[in-house]
Amino acid sequence: MGLVKQLRYYFQETGNISLFATRFFREFLNPPYEFKELLRQCYMIGNKSLGLVGATGFIMGVVLTLQTRPTMIEFGAESWIPSMVGIAIVREIGPVLTALICSGKIGSGIGAELASMKVTEQIDAMEVSGTNPFKYLVITRVMACTFMLPVLVVYSDLISLLGSALVELIKGDVSFTLYFNNVFTYLSFSDLNPSIIKSFFFGFAIGIVGCYKGFTSDKGTEGVGRTANTAVVISSMLVFVLDFIAVLITDIFYSP
Amino acid sequence: MEKDFNINRSQPVIEILDLRKSFGSNHVLQGFDLNVFAGENVAVMGKSGSGKSVLIKCIIGLLPIDKGRLVVLGESVPDLDHHKLDVLRADVGFQFQGSALYDSMTVRENLEFPLRRHRDKLSGIPVDDLVLESLENVGLAHAINMMPSELSGGMKKRVALARTLIMRPKIILYDEPTSGLDPVTGKEISMLINEIQQRFNTAAIIITHDLGCAKVTSNRMVILHEGKNYAEGTYEEISHLNDKSVKAFFI
Ligand SMILES: Nc1ncnc2c1ncn2[C@@H]1O[C@H](COP(=O)(O)OP(=O)(O)O)[C@@H](O)[C@H]1O
Ligand SMILES: [Mg+2]
Repeated sequence: MGLVKQLRYYFQETGNISLFATRFFREFLNPPYEFKELLRQCYMIGNKSLGLVGATGFIMGVVLTLQTRPTMIEFGAESWIPSMVGIAIVREIGPVLTALICSGKIGSGIGAELASMKVTEQIDAMEVSGTNPFKYLVITRVMACTFMLPVLVVYSDLISLLGSALVELIKGDVSFTLYFNNVFTYLSFSDLNPSIIKSFFFGFAIGIVGCYKGFTSDKGTEGVGRTANTAVVISSMLVFVLDFIAVLITDIFYSP
Repeated sequence: MEKDFNINRSQPVIEILDLRKSFGSNHVLQGFDLNVFAGENVAVMGKSGSGKSVLIKCIIGLLPIDKGRLVVLGESVPDLDHHKLDVLRADVGFQFQGSALYDSMTVRENLEFPLRRHRDKLSGIPVDDLVLESLENVGLAHAINMMPSELSGGMKKRVALARTLIMRPKIILYDEPTSGLDPVTGKEISMLINEIQQRFNTAAIIITHDLGCAKVTSNRMVILHEGKNYAEGTYEEISHLNDKSVKAFFI
């Protein structure tokens, strides 16, 4: 019985989120546009997550390089480390890591903010003062997430590579110039493009889930804290599902 | 205390007839009637959960009604499209129970917010003047750059009132304006409601639990019970009614 109930809840939520996303696409092209709020949201998202994304990216670059070094040396493939680490970071680790950090930081923030605005009737107050709250709150936040995630991913990639290069410099006596030459020789647009494209989808998913949970919450339903929590759980799951789909599609297009 | 100034009994600004509203099997309003006249303050009292908030949310078009006649300032609210509803809302202020100030904005930005869409109604007056004048009306000009989190409960209610007044509404709907306040502050808010009625000649519906507030502010009282206007009259009349459900309010 518990499983059936859970499955039903799962499908209901999927349906509701899809409907919410449909509403987004129906409304986001119609004026009025809330440019100022959009810019403010972009700034807030960047400002909130730059530190965390940078720190985790750096650690990931360092750790990955340290972990793979012994094995690569054993196979006499030390010179392959930069390109291997570079490809791993750009293709997979950068986007997924950044998306997970952002669903924890940004997704939960949006969920909690909108939920608390909802229960304190701030959303109703917007409505009666002639501002469409869906446009002002939801569309700006979803668009800001969609635009900002790829930016954060590129930033995270660069910091990760920097961390990796630092390890190579200290342990393997490889200069920065040599390291990055090596990375960029083997890294092509077919590595970068899919990763940037999927980042847009990650950002959209994080924004839409956070907004959905917050905007549709109610006094009767879960509290503000729970709302933030479920927003993170759902959007993290979605990141992995989207990543899986993205990799399958990329594989079709780019496999030799 | 008899307050019956400037009420125009021939001209209702809100006409409600046989209003019905249900949520599923929860029949909240079951044939509610009420006329509010220009310049009149009507207090609506009812138990918690009796549908008081639902009533005024229907009036402002935040909730769709199931059935009935609902005319505000000559416009039938259920028949208005989005644009016309917005135009009507510029003339109807709504004071939310919890004040509903925007947490992320300063007091000034909170007051400027309704002007984003309704600027044409008051074009010709600089925004800064409108904001300051509105805050002066509630005695809080000094709080203009504060954040809502820095304000006390009573100050929040005043700022919310200023945000409503900035649009110079003809009607104000108050949702429990004195709830959550200490008796003294509550009384101050009640006096402020009267002052606004006198100065701007607004009509108002005042939803309240607070007998003191109803007594001070209302020209007429309505008891909302079982989804209907159960009893109606001045404070004096209602307080002398010999009915169990009405008497419960006067203990
Ligand atoms: N948006 C809504 N959806 C479902 N039920 C609601 C909604 N708003 C109010 N209700 C129900 O309507 C009834 C009256 O609520 P309300 O008008 O808020 O009471 P009060 O008189 O205390 O203001 C309650 O039973 C409440 O659960
Ligand atoms: Mg209420």
